[in-house]
Amino acid sequence: MNALIQRFTGAAESGESLPLQALAILKQVALPVLGIAAFLLLWGLLAKQVDTSLGSFPGPASVAEQVKNLYQEHVAERAKADAFYERQEKRNADRVAKDPNYVPKVRAYTGKETFLDQIGTSLVTVMSGFLLAASFAIPLGIAVGLSKPLNEAINPIIQIFKPVSPLAWLPLVTMVVSALYVSDDPFFAKSFVNSVITVMLCCIWPMVINTSIGVSSVNSDWVNVGKVLRLSPLKNIQKIVLPASIPAIFTGMRMSLGIAWMVLIAAEMLAQNPGLGKFIWDEFQNGSSSSLSRIMTAVLVIGVIGFLLDRGMLMIQRWVSWDKSQAAR
Amino acid sequence: MKSFLDISKIDVTFPTPKGEFTALKEVDLQIQKGEFVSLIGHSGCGKSTVLNVIAGLVQAKNGGVILNQREVNEPGPERAVVFQNHSLLPWLTAYQNVELAVKQVFGKSKSPAETKEWIEHNLKLVYMDHAMQKRPDEMSGGMKQRIGIARALAMQPEVLLMDEPFGALDALTRAHLQDSLMEIQDELKNTVVMITHDVDEAVLLSDRIVMMTNGPAATVGEILDVDLPRPRDRLALANDPHYNHLRSEVLTFLYEKQAKVQPVKAKKKPSVVSTNSHVA
Repeated sequence: MNALIQRFTGAAESGESLPLQALAILKQVALPVLGIAAFLLLWGLLAKQVDTSLGSFPGPASVAEQVKNLYQEHVAERAKADAFYERQEKRNADRVAKDPNYVPKVRAYTGKETFLDQIGTSLVTVMSGFLLAASFAIPLGIAVGLSKPLNEAINPIIQIFKPVSPLAWLPLVTMVVSALYVSDDPFFAKSFVNSVITVMLCCIWPMVINTSIGVSSVNSDWVNVGKVLRLSPLKNIQKIVLPASIPAIFTGMRMSLGIAWMVLIAAEMLAQNPGLGKFIWDEFQNGSSSSLSRIMTAVLVIGVIGFLLDRGMLMIQRWVSWDKSQAAR
Repeated sequence: MKSFLDISKIDVTFPTPKGEFTALKEVDLQIQKGEFVSLIGHSGCGKSTVLNVIAGLVQAKNGGVILNQREVNEPGPERAVVFQNHSLLPWLTAYQNVELAVKQVFGKSKSPAETKEWIEHNLKLVYMDHAMQKRPDEMSGGMKQRIGIARALAMQPEVLLMDEPFGALDALTRAHLQDSLMEIQDELKNTVVMITHDVDEAVLLSDRIVMMTNGPAATVGEILDVDLPRPRDRLALANDPHYNHLRSEVLTFLYEKQAKVQPVKAKKKPSVVSTNSHVA
């Protein structure tokens, strides 16, 4: 969008002729639209050819219908919840009026999560795992980047754990969490903890690697400035190393967030964390005639959210980082 | 003779896969307080290494550097360096770049108001007070180098070390900055050691020019006293016979006695090349 506006203003400022401007707009808008249209057409045509035991593969039209349905279900569920709370409040008020000593009980509404709730859960889970990973990975990356011996000691471990799939971790995480996270009234559900830890284990590595590379390759002139000024080690990190490696740290964070989002869906499916992964799994188990189109809707939503998460990180990077050229990529 | 900055017989070697490489051999140089000394020599002759030893960024294998009766063995702000590539921190504004140095050097001995005043004073000195809030990527090469000089001056160093400070600039900008530097030098009377490969720059700015032989195992070849009266005016000097004589002395050293392709022996046996063709 920004690029589009720049394209507009840029063209206007440079006084390009109208046809040229029009051509630029055409390229910016028309080509992606054309691409999407072609994809929809192809999808619609091919989907009809594929017959499954749950009916034909969902085309664009049935997905569009499910988007509407899922939203309406959400609105209906919210209305039910509001009605429940209203009834509860009224009932409690009545009982207090009859018996002033009565302590009103407030119960939470326990209806099923709607699709929108599940999106919310997924986002909370992925951000928790990602931020937890970042809080480990960035300090570790700085330490590894600053110390060559530490780098050589830790590098093999990083290289071995980096390619491990989340599905391999999940059974272990589940067992460890149920052994160690014992509480009668847990603040976090176990399924949530399992998903968060699995996400964390998978997205810690790109951040460690990129941060350490950024830190160890700080421009030697800047390092010398720090030496001439006799900055203390802590001040050196704060004033020179950290700002200098911000671009590399953000590169790692963007990679990690992308991985985290992919890992999350798989983790939620298996851990039964009430997010998008569970939605897909439940629909698959449900096996109704609308299941496939609902899953396809979820697939598209996952794609769009993943894209928005990446754009969001890019915007934060542009805002935080001094290196605007790197942030443009 | 007790000198302010005593570089005494330093050898510098660097480890390479093929064994030790001797970059400098018995470099010996004494510099007085307030003196402006240039080191000139062909690229790769180790003049930057000399500067780095004084700065404390490189350790000498033998010999040592004594500044104001204290031995130098690590970097420090009393030997401020102006690096060739300005080396401003790109995430800080011009003001903040100088501020980092001032706060580090003077710490709590200056009140916030004094600190601010001192930063602004130094930026004014290099005519950059209009660009205080600009970041390095919004500045031209010359402006960045001016800020680099302001940052070094703001540390109030005992010796100002400049590593080809104007090497990356175009000729006009370089001339402007040289004039500014002379003006500042008239006022502050700093002790300066400057690396350069520009003969005119060396003659125009220096009190003495130290000419280095080619590496490996480079050392001080000749030292030329530049006894031109100050303040110096580049236009008037262009036709000054003494200036031109000094200039040709340096040129002769660089292109005849130490011509890059010839072995070091050529110093004693001047080549047969005529003096007119040496510049080419």
